[in-house]
Amino acid sequence: MRKKTFLEKAAAVPHIVWIVMFIAAPLLFVIYFAFTDANGTFTFSNILNLSNYGEIFLRSVLFALVATAVCLLLGYPLAYCMSRLKPSTQKAVVLLLMLPMWISLLIRTYSLLALLDNGGLLNSLLDKFNLPAVKIVGTRGAVILGMVYDFLPYMVLPIYTSLSKLDIKYFEAAEDLGCSRIATVFKVALPLSKGGIISGITMVFVPSISTFYISQKLGGGRFDLIGDTIERQFLMNNNKNVGAAISLVMMILILISVAVMNRFGDDDGGEIIV
Amino acid sequence: MEKTKVIDLKGICKSYGGDVVLDNIDLYIRDKEFVTLLGPSGCGKTTTLRIIGGFETPDKGDVFFDGVRINDVPPYKRHVNTVFQRYALFPHLNVFENVAFGLRVAKVKNNEIVKRVKETLELVNLKGFERRSVATLSGGQQQRVAIARALVNNPKVLLLDEPLAALDLKLRKDMQNELKALHDRTGITFIYVTHDQEEALSMSDTIVVMANGKIQQIGTPTDIYNEPKNAFVADFIGESNILDGVMIEDYRAKFAGFVFKCLDSGFEKNEPVDVVVRPEDVDIVPVDKGMLKGTVTSVTFKGVHWEIIVDIQNFKWMIQTTDYCAPGSEIGLYIEPDAIHVMKKSEFSGMFGDYSSYSEEFDTLSAPEEQETAHEVAGE
Repeated sequence: MRKKTFLEKAAAVPHIVWIVMFIAAPLLFVIYFAFTDANGTFTFSNILNLSNYGEIFLRSVLFALVATAVCLLLGYPLAYCMSRLKPSTQKAVVLLLMLPMWISLLIRTYSLLALLDNGGLLNSLLDKFNLPAVKIVGTRGAVILGMVYDFLPYMVLPIYTSLSKLDIKYFEAAEDLGCSRIATVFKVALPLSKGGIISGITMVFVPSISTFYISQKLGGGRFDLIGDTIERQFLMNNNKNVGAAISLVMMILILISVAVMNRFGDDDGGEIIV
Repeated sequence: MEKTKVIDLKGICKSYGGDVVLDNIDLYIRDKEFVTLLGPSGCGKTTTLRIIGGFETPDKGDVFFDGVRINDVPPYKRHVNTVFQRYALFPHLNVFENVAFGLRVAKVKNNEIVKRVKETLELVNLKGFERRSVATLSGGQQQRVAIARALVNNPKVLLLDEPLAALDLKLRKDMQNELKALHDRTGITFIYVTHDQEEALSMSDTIVVMANGKIQQIGTPTDIYNEPKNAFVADFIGESNILDGVMIEDYRAKFAGFVFKCLDSGFEKNEPVDVVVRPEDVDIVPVDKGMLKGTVTSVTFKGVHWEIIVDIQNFKWMIQTTDYCAPGSEIGLYIEPDAIHVMKKSEFSGMFGDYSSYSEEFDTLSAPEEQETAHEVAGE
């Protein structure tokens, strides 16, 4: 390989500084705090005491799994239909889908709250028609709904990308060989967009499991998730050691799940677009 | 005995956004026939095939399959299978599963699937390739898988959309023979689309020549070659000198300032016509014995023969001969009556059949030193 010139090396410096300062250093801090107590002495107690949070971990994983599954079930048909539209219409729909992603997650969650809350838009509408109010905020369903609402584009876009790259000839060949339209989806589109599905799952599951705001607001504070617990440890309990330990375990959980997903999608994994 | 019509197209019209692709196509295809749709790109041949396959619906006209109108029948309900251009093999399936695809969809029993896939793979000379991934196959092998994938379903009609276009010349010739043999062995009707006239001539029972969305001529390969209907067909199939002429009376045609005996009749007296003379049908004779005389302007060595361009009264003739003539020399031409074919005037008259641009084309296409060596070889 050609030796890199000084300039080429210099060009990498800002990037390296960035990585060291904002990725590597915080990571080291997390590890340091996870294995020390308030006085800075080395200890395993933070990690060992994590069993107290077992229920929260389990709930987070469960919520994230359900949200991911719902996103996949809603997102795949949407992505498929998008990929079969006229090219000009496709662009418009993609734009519509990306639009909410330009708005802060917090604002989006708040607006969902404003819609669904007891005195929110939905219930005041129901009241107008003399219908009984529905209680959504504060239920498990509301938390899942929030996750699905916030993360659905991350499922749709990678699947749409891989579907729109598929040669139309594959669909014609399947139809030619006797597949109905529906059968074509299952026998051709689904297996050939596996890469997109896998990145979609990863991109929804990871933020869902680590989110710390949706559940607080839409769950009415009744369903503690890992993200909320970490936030509380740092900001309210001022116990950064336990918070760091939980973060560390969560990071490992995420790494494992990403590794598992990558194993499934070994042939053409990353379709990630953001 | 008259064979039955499997496919019958009646008055098919199709246009895309104002561009007429097919203009009133009438065509029927008999059972077990090998029919080739031949024409330059954009002539509507692939659209015709896609209409038969069900991937396009005609704007006007009807498609009949075994006497039943199938305009609105979707592709998956037609007893027709397609070999796609560039194959469209499923990349997520291996060779066996690609071929088994149609049978699995039709819910054929597993042991029957194994048997039929094996037989079909043997038929296309791919025994032992069952477990291979399609991405590891060469172009020719992928082509065979695509053919097997279609054939295994025992279609009544097999549609082939330029299946050999992506293969190199040698392989293409081999596959032509194999396809022809497959057709004979299976007894399936083949509808073959190509722009390669040689392919069409060597494989087909019937050739359908298309241009500008219309059928120009339907006939056997020999008919099409020997009795082209108009200047387009004469030019597209093989090489031809097409001259402006007048039919003086039956069996006497005047062109290039000379009255020739010919075998054509049925024209009006002094009717303007197009006259076709194939380059291989012209004999070179000494100047004083020739019916026509001219100057050789260029000579190209083609292996089997020399291709010479002769200027006769400013019309450039192409002549294929095994006798070498030096550029600049004067020669005489002799044309037998059966070498002359007279055609009615058509919309294509005057557009084809003159080789005056030929030598210029040659100049611009080949590098100067190549041309020099060509002349050296010619001089020996």
